[in-house]
Amino acid sequence: MRAGEIFKRLVLVPPTLIGVAVIVFALLRIVPGDPIAMMIPPGATPLDIERLRALYGLDRAIPEQFVIWFGQMLGGDFGRSISLRQPVAELVLARLPATLELALLAAVIATAIGLVVAMIGVQLRGRRAEWAVDAGIGVLLAVPDFLWALMLLLAFGVLLPLLPISGRIDPRLDVHFHSNFYLIESLLTGRFDIAAAILRHMILPALALALPFAALVARLLKAQLAEAEDQDYAQIARARGFSRAAILRREAFPNALIPTVALGGVQLTLLLGGTVLVERVFSYEGIGNMAIDAVINRDFPLIQGLVLTFAVLFIALNLAVDVLVTTLDPRLGHG
Amino acid sequence: MPSSKLSRRTLLQLAGAAALPVSTSLMPRPASAAPSTLTIAYNVNLPSFDPTVGLSAVNPTIQSIYQAIFDPYIGQAPDLSFKPGLLTKWDWNEDRSKIVLEVRKGATWHDGSPVTPEDVVWSLQRAADPKSGNPIQFVWAKIGNYKIDGSTITADVVEFEPVLFKWMAFLTGYVMPKAYYEKVGAEGFEKAPIGSGPYMVEAFERNAYLKLKAHPGYWGPKPAFESVVFKFVTDATSRVAEVESGGSDLTLEMPYEEFDRLKAKPGLAGSSIPVSDIAMIFLTDIDPMLDSNVRLAANHAIDKNAIVERLLKGYGVPIATLEAPGYAAFDPSIKVAYDPELAKSLLAKSGYSPEKPVKFTIQTTRGFKPKDYEMIQAIVGMWRKVGIEANIEIYEVAKHFELRAGHKLAPAAFYNWGNAIGDPSTSTGFAMFGPSPHCAWKGKDTIERIGPLWGEKDEAKRIAGWKAVDKYIAEQGEVIPLLQYVQPVVYKQGLKVVLQANGMVLPQLISPA
Repeated sequence: MRAGEIFKRLVLVPPTLIGVAVIVFALLRIVPGDPIAMMIPPGATPLDIERLRALYGLDRAIPEQFVIWFGQMLGGDFGRSISLRQPVAELVLARLPATLELALLAAVIATAIGLVVAMIGVQLRGRRAEWAVDAGIGVLLAVPDFLWALMLLLAFGVLLPLLPISGRIDPRLDVHFHSNFYLIESLLTGRFDIAAAILRHMILPALALALPFAALVARLLKAQLAEAEDQDYAQIARARGFSRAAILRREAFPNALIPTVALGGVQLTLLLGGTVLVERVFSYEGIGNMAIDAVINRDFPLIQGLVLTFAVLFIALNLAVDVLVTTLDPRLGHG
Repeated sequence: MPSSKLSRRTLLQLAGAAALPVSTSLMPRPASAAPSTLTIAYNVNLPSFDPTVGLSAVNPTIQSIYQAIFDPYIGQAPDLSFKPGLLTKWDWNEDRSKIVLEVRKGATWHDGSPVTPEDVVWSLQRAADPKSGNPIQFVWAKIGNYKIDGSTITADVVEFEPVLFKWMAFLTGYVMPKAYYEKVGAEGFEKAPIGSGPYMVEAFERNAYLKLKAHPGYWGPKPAFESVVFKFVTDATSRVAEVESGGSDLTLEMPYEEFDRLKAKPGLAGSSIPVSDIAMIFLTDIDPMLDSNVRLAANHAIDKNAIVERLLKGYGVPIATLEAPGYAAFDPSIKVAYDPELAKSLLAKSGYSPEKPVKFTIQTTRGFKPKDYEMIQAIVGMWRKVGIEANIEIYEVAKHFELRAGHKLAPAAFYNWGNAIGDPSTSTGFAMFGPSPHCAWKGKDTIERIGPLWGEKDEAKRIAGWKAVDKYIAEQGEVIPLLQYVQPVVYKQGLKVVLQANGMVLPQLISPA
């Protein structure tokens, strides 16, 4: 992707985010559920309710609320969470690294599994065993991530209690971090025992997120490899005496990789979206888990901040995938 | 292009590295919980450390955590009776125009400074300030003009509130550290809170865990566990897995089927007691509920015992009024019989029958409380047999609050009602007094009966008055009380757990057996 095209995409980011902001702001106020109604204690009078509503700025007209919120947001103030009583930006930025590390690990696991399964599948192409690989991919794809989460929780938390099933780090460990990127920081600072402890907590949720995505990668890559294997250049290589494995590795794989990254990369946003439920099941302290609490509590400012954060992540991810595909396939860079 | 080749190679290297088998160094090590640590898989997150303001201040479930860190003005015993907290004495003067409070001597904050009467007064004044965000401000504003003499505080009663002292044991009724709070401010307090309770905050990871350690200067009995970890595990399946896998020592709020299974497992034990939380159906004063025959038929057609036995596996206590056993105005003589024939005859008087049923909508949550939707399904089945055809509408609890506050609930709406202080004013009172935003039935007769009780200064007369109101409401069928919930708690064998009727699971009351 040329610099000009990247610039064009970046120019579209602000209007996209403004659109998201308008929609989420309006939707929250249209759908049922009032944060003040949830806060009313027994015995409160209508006057008490009005007082609470005014305290949180919800007594103003919706357009006025939007203008105030949007104006503050332009200045970097995303408002204060109603339920957590802290600045939204601070809360989101504190939890975002946990989700990013989890999504990154899940993507790595998914890629690894997808690659291995695709290679095995294409090696077995035309044989009876191929259907077993296809069926396996089908099962991985059919079961949603939150169900994988529950199954993994029961399998490795209860039946075979090998791994921790809640949280991001063992509360009994007396460790302090300078950033909220616990895994990356502990790796960079050489605290590998801490990194291992964090990874133990991350493996099950990351695997739950990774399995459906791994199936997608495997299915796409296997199809692309099969197609590449039938191309003239592969046939010629075979005629020249190269082994099938060598042809797959040297000729078919690099060509199959580009469409796989292009198609699979876009689906990474699904993986990110999956963190909401998976983090909940594993009590993992990322923004997905926080989003559920925010919705339950009808915490408007926090929901708005989280939706915008997810929107930014999705946009950034799509842009990164486009850049990566162009890098892998120089033809696209020349228009 | 070189960059292109490099990218492919890099990508392949990365993929290869990711495919490496998981290193043995990442294999799990056996959990080794320190014996002095109690780990609780808790069912809700802790949104805020300030127990007196905001949404979390009125969430009854969070109070267990607050009561581990902070001291209430007045304590509460497991049976809902009241006991000294940071106040050792509390009373009205003779004409109930003043209150007198005696502050405990020798109590300290977690930073070692003493708890003073100034702290108590500041906490009460802050709670009464409309700008503080205290949702119970309307109660605390009923006292003012404080005077301190040694450890004794006197204050004027601005408006008589018979349950003022009971509120001092419940929502937002906590003493906060004046000097520390003023020094660090609201945000500083959230980051480093201190209280005077048995445990002090050691570490907090939002949405993950809260680690507490025993407060060495605590005035009360020393807690058995030096350290307590609350793991926030909001999903019931995950909580069950936590205690089953040994990751936590204790958990609560799980399906009753799971409770029965877990407590029968070797190494685990379970306890359950009825708590101050009831299931009920609000009736709204709109058609067809304006017809007393319909209301009473709806009441008499429900077999509450069958619901408790078959749906809740026996974990529930059928009730006839909004006062559960153990509440101050519970009257066992008030009964609403299960009598489908009576229900049929009542409906017949209004021209309804199973062939020509009365029709209305009943709203319910699904999964918010144990078997809520299933209970309503069963009730709708029972109603159908007598001539009531109810259409079930599922809503979220947030919508229930909004509709109830706007007096827009359907003719029937399922809800649960907690009343940790067990007073009739906070159950029948707020649920059935027309002007209350929580009331669905705005009947004039009931309003007139309840009205004088708010200011009744003779306690015996007040309680008798509430019993009479409950009897009247039952006779009129203005609400459908269903059952008192039972709270299940599962824990490792070898623990002694004292359960509280107010539903709190307090770590300071848990000890090795």
